[in-house]
Amino acid sequence: MFFPTFAPRIRNLSYMSSSTVLSMSKFTLHAVFTVLFTLIISFSFAQHDHAAAASNHSDSISTVDTTATEVHTATTEMHAEESHEVHSEAFDPGRMITEHIGDAHDWHLWGHTHIALPVIVYTDKGLEIFSSNNFRNHETHHLQDYVGKNTYRLEEEKIKLVENGQIVEHASLIDLSITKNVLTMFFVAGIMLFIFISVAKAYTKRPGQTPRGMQSFVEPIIMFVRDDLAKPSIGKKYEKFMPYLLSVFFFIWIANLLGLIPILPGGANLTGNIAIALTLAVITFLITCFNGNAHYWGHIFAMPGVPKWVLIILTPIEILGVFLRPFVLMIRLFANITAGHIIALAFFSLIFMFGDGGKNLGAGFGVGIASWLFTVFMFFLELLVAFLQAYVFTLLSAIYFGSAIEEAHHHEEHATEHAH
Amino acid sequence: MNLITPEIGLVFWMTLTFLTVLFLLSKFAWKPIMNAIKEREQSIENALSSAENAKKEMAKLQSNNEQLLRDAQLERDALLKSAREAKEMIVSEARTKATEEAERIISIAREAIKNEKLAAITELKNQVAILSLEIAEKLVKQNLSSDEKQKELSNKLIADLKLN
Repeated sequence: MFFPTFAPRIRNLSYMSSSTVLSMSKFTLHAVFTVLFTLIISFSFAQHDHAAAASNHSDSISTVDTTATEVHTATTEMHAEESHEVHSEAFDPGRMITEHIGDAHDWHLWGHTHIALPVIVYTDKGLEIFSSNNFRNHETHHLQDYVGKNTYRLEEEKIKLVENGQIVEHASLIDLSITKNVLTMFFVAGIMLFIFISVAKAYTKRPGQTPRGMQSFVEPIIMFVRDDLAKPSIGKKYEKFMPYLLSVFFFIWIANLLGLIPILPGGANLTGNIAIALTLAVITFLITCFNGNAHYWGHIFAMPGVPKWVLIILTPIEILGVFLRPFVLMIRLFANITAGHIIALAFFSLIFMFGDGGKNLGAGFGVGIASWLFTVFMFFLELLVAFLQAYVFTLLSAIYFGSAIEEAHHHEEHATEHAH
Repeated sequence: MNLITPEIGLVFWMTLTFLTVLFLLSKFAWKPIMNAIKEREQSIENALSSAENAKKEMAKLQSNNEQLLRDAQLERDALLKSAREAKEMIVSEARTKATEEAERIISIAREAIKNEKLAAITELKNQVAILSLEIAEKLVKQNLSSDEKQKELSNKLIADLKLN
């Protein structure tokens, strides 16, 4: 649908941004910094994973149990409960990757260093707020239950109610904790508010003049969203949707970029979390529904110019399509970003798998260089994907809005659009 | 399966955060930014169109000037031509007038000469008559006594005539 026009757009944008960079005559400096930054990130990523692996390793060594199992530990329980102690000598990439792309109730920095995050739970006994530190024994660094109004247990980063030492399944517990993803989300929101409000101030302070500093970085992107996404897809009434399109574009883009940074401000797989993608897709869906005019709904429930008996088949398909669109929007964002994270992490896992927990340093080293190169390549690819997914989400949202407010006189155009 | 199960808490925080950001940015960022960009675009457009207008105006002025110059030249030529014509007319008129005057004067003079001549002729005639009479008288008076004397007398008279 958009791919034929897609390449020139991208080229156009890269031209615009590079011309801004060039105009600052710092192009080479930027390039050098970008490369350095990437290298640093790749290295710290490696160290991070190494540390994580090492911590797993030391965990298992500290409580040696000869009934060690192999790879299957990911699916079995791995928490250090007294009776559930399972230890693996082998490095388990599946578990490591799942942990990294999932949400967490604390922010793991290195080794045994975590930033505790607040846990907020709502049960039938009321609201309860406590630090996620309470789940961790300070001496042994093992997980433990927390006893508040109820007894809570952290199992695979999910908070469960415990009664008589047993997890109560299907308990009425709403977890509103400030998790790693929620904190990252706040961080993205903070960055956006800071950047765009200061840019807006610059615009009001120097009206009608050429953009400067942050303005000149942000303006081409805003113009890109306006001229290449909103205007062609929505038409004349595009202005109404600009705030949402801009917000969603920058939110996804900044969150994607933060996800690529493995150290503190980033590291969370925010846009690769289905809840985030779901929320954004639902908002797009609701805006589309609320703005849908008679023409839009008419085409869904009773496509004009179609025999009555065809409508029996067509109308359910159209109604399904209404829900399918945000669903596809959600899956696309979630799957693309998560896949990128999984691939990058998988390459790093190779190092530890070949290194065999320190027994085969040579192989680990050799594979390490190869995977490091691959990961650098992946990183650049992910930089592109980060932008691309923001672009695609915004473009599709704009197209849905456009179809919702389309007036009847574009009938021929509409028919061809439906044919696609 | 954890991966594709949306967490209520995340959905809640995401909705709250995103809507807050959307609201704040719409109010404090997107609106002023979009307005500023639009205004600037309009002012640039206006500047361009006014420049275009000025250019057209200039071209018009220039063609006007050329027209004026051409008109002035034509007028000057016309003036010069009419002046030359007037001069020639005046000169020829003067010439004809002068010729006429001259002819008139000449004819008057000729008339006068004729009249004078006639008067002179008449006078002469009268004088001749008188003289003849006188001669005749004298001849008669001197008598016709002798031929000699007559001859003498006539000779003398003729000599007198000559003296006159």
